[in-house]
Amino acid sequence: MLSGGDILIRSLQEEDVDYVFGYPGGAVLHIYDALFRQDKMKHVLVRHEQAATHMADGYARSTGRPGVVLVTSGPGATNAVTGIATAYMDSIPMVVISGQVQSHLIGTDSFQETDMIGISRPIVKHSFLVKKAEDIPMTIKKAFYIATTGRPGPVVVDIPKDITNPTDLVEYSYPAEVAIRSYSPASKGHSGQIKKAISMLLSAERPMIYAGGGVIQGNGSELLATLSRKLGFPVTNTLMGLGAFPATDPQFLGMLGMHGTYEANMAMHHCDLILAIGARFDDRVTNTVSKFCPHAKIIHIDIDPATISKNVEVDVPIVGPVVNVLSEMNELLDVSWVDRSSDQEKLLAEWWSQIEGWRKQDCLKVERDDGDTDIKPQEAVQAVYRVTNGTSYVTTDVGQHQMFAALYYPFDEPRKWINSGGLGTMGFGLPAAMGVQMAFPDEVVTCITGEGSIQMNIQELSTCSQYGLPVKIINLNNRSLGMVKQWQDMQYEGRHSHSYMDSLPDFVALVESYGHVGFKIDRLDELEDVLAEVYSEKLKDKLVFVDIQTDPEVHVYPMHVAPNGAMRDMWLKKGVRT
Amino acid sequence: MRRIISVLLENEAGALSRVVGLFAQRSYNIESLTVAPTDDATLSRLTLTTLASDKQVEQITKQLNKLIEVVKLVDLTDGEHIERELMLIKLKATGAQRAEIKRTADIFRGQIVDVTNATYTIQLTGTTEKLDAFLRSMADATVMEVVRSGVSGLSRGEKILAL
Repeated sequence: MLSGGDILIRSLQEEDVDYVFGYPGGAVLHIYDALFRQDKMKHVLVRHEQAATHMADGYARSTGRPGVVLVTSGPGATNAVTGIATAYMDSIPMVVISGQVQSHLIGTDSFQETDMIGISRPIVKHSFLVKKAEDIPMTIKKAFYIATTGRPGPVVVDIPKDITNPTDLVEYSYPAEVAIRSYSPASKGHSGQIKKAISMLLSAERPMIYAGGGVIQGNGSELLATLSRKLGFPVTNTLMGLGAFPATDPQFLGMLGMHGTYEANMAMHHCDLILAIGARFDDRVTNTVSKFCPHAKIIHIDIDPATISKNVEVDVPIVGPVVNVLSEMNELLDVSWVDRSSDQEKLLAEWWSQIEGWRKQDCLKVERDDGDTDIKPQEAVQAVYRVTNGTSYVTTDVGQHQMFAALYYPFDEPRKWINSGGLGTMGFGLPAAMGVQMAFPDEVVTCITGEGSIQMNIQELSTCSQYGLPVKIINLNNRSLGMVKQWQDMQYEGRHSHSYMDSLPDFVALVESYGHVGFKIDRLDELEDVLAEVYSEKLKDKLVFVDIQTDPEVHVYPMHVAPNGAMRDMWLKKGVRT
Repeated sequence: MRRIISVLLENEAGALSRVVGLFAQRSYNIESLTVAPTDDATLSRLTLTTLASDKQVEQITKQLNKLIEVVKLVDLTDGEHIERELMLIKLKATGAQRAEIKRTADIFRGQIVDVTNATYTIQLTGTTEKLDAFLRSMADATVMEVVRSGVSGLSRGEKILAL
């Protein structure tokens, strides 16, 4: 016989949860007491519940295992909402346990009461309100099952305080299996569709492989590499998909979309076949949908049938797990190779030579006028790449620095690039990096951020002190909300409405007050040396904050021309477009 | 185009709000909605009508299917189907109008289910068009109150929506 609080903790242990990210409060006191009386799981006390969700998120993205969050009712729950929405938009497995007021008080506007199930409804894969302690084990089993299978996503479990009361004891047993009659995610792609796709691939003249975050989430990166190399097709990744295919591979054309590379966007526009894998044709990729890739037939592999033909009509949909579908494609490709159209090799060579022409544009070249000694944000990212040998985990916040990191830090492995692609959540980077560092204490974890974003969860520097998290924070400080300012420069005649950040703190002094190490870099010639010290053995165990003063006039390019532009319509630098 | 989507839903607290919320969230339209438990007490059957293009209705059914509590659904308008709606209408009925209203109700196979010396309450069942037509035919009468159940329906023939 156990109390509801103990049952919850035991159930989480059954799910092999090693970290719970949370913040205590009235409605979860019984649960926190049960947590205190065990030592299998570690609890990480954040300074704001939003950070708890982002930490769990960073943990989930880097490990592939669900992140677990524990928050109290009312403000605890509402503070978690941004992080839940972030996870939902990027399909990240997460289980959020929120305390609720006592059952008899629900609906009476009692202290710290909020309808968490209602508030979170549009941003969860599913949610549960637990009615009695006996239901906790099955609910937790279902929550983890739903969060981690099919298209992953966050699940909220709302538990009224009386259900966890230490004096009410009930029988406990944890279910070995779970079956939900109304939920059966696709386990296998349709073989007929896969055959059809293979025959299209083997007769394509100007093909493109467009792979997104689903390849990483579905652990399909190696299979994608095998398929791509076998076919010899060019590959592009979405913002969420970076690392799904090795970025330093010659077949890789870079990221596509609004801030995609010239070659990736041009190749997409001119291709005759798109093999889309775990990507969702979102508006930051397609530019104007009606002008999207006018010559292309589309094969779309995705675990979620609702993603198929949502934004762009596809010709051959394949609904299934990426591992299953890509394995089947790789096997089929070996036996079907004989059916390859006789001139495909020659046509592919022509296609590649056209692509090499686009590559010569060198769209990521960093521009610098004579006598200009400002540090360009791109150079800062490139320096971080060199100093870390391209092997660091990198999280970002949202804005210009995010795009510079995506474009100038090539990722060769999946799960190393961690950013809020769908929701675009400022304040994500630091707590996400902390979650990664928790999961991989011996790895180098870098948070590339800006002075705007970092201040949205800067309180977590305190959590880093408490748990000794040696995250390296690269603050690209341009004294302005760079991406907002860029749009104001381009679309509002340079009227910088509220995009300046004045009264910035002395970041070095600030981080030192938490016991961390701070550096300020304002000269280009010190950049590399200081970064080498930041990542040196000496500072391996320290959180280091590097405040890099960068040129505030720099824009992110390439950039899609909008509105009404196609994939090929891009600004290549200030005032220069395709 | 008008669509009738019929959904088998887990008969659980909060399930209905997910369906309704989905429509609001994705800016789909709901014209009518009716829901009640089925002969299997663990299931509810929900019928809704919506105005949507083919592309929209494809998204609507896919998104509905993604809801964990949605067990099965069918777009009844995809095939031959029977649809019914119930209407109760309360009108002023005095003098010569009393007989006239009664005659029209008979023509529409309506039943007068409540009578006072000044009012009739008529019950009418049929398709939405039939109910609309009856209301138009009552243009000269003073309609005091109208309540409609929303559309319910099922497929013709042997096709069924069940577990």
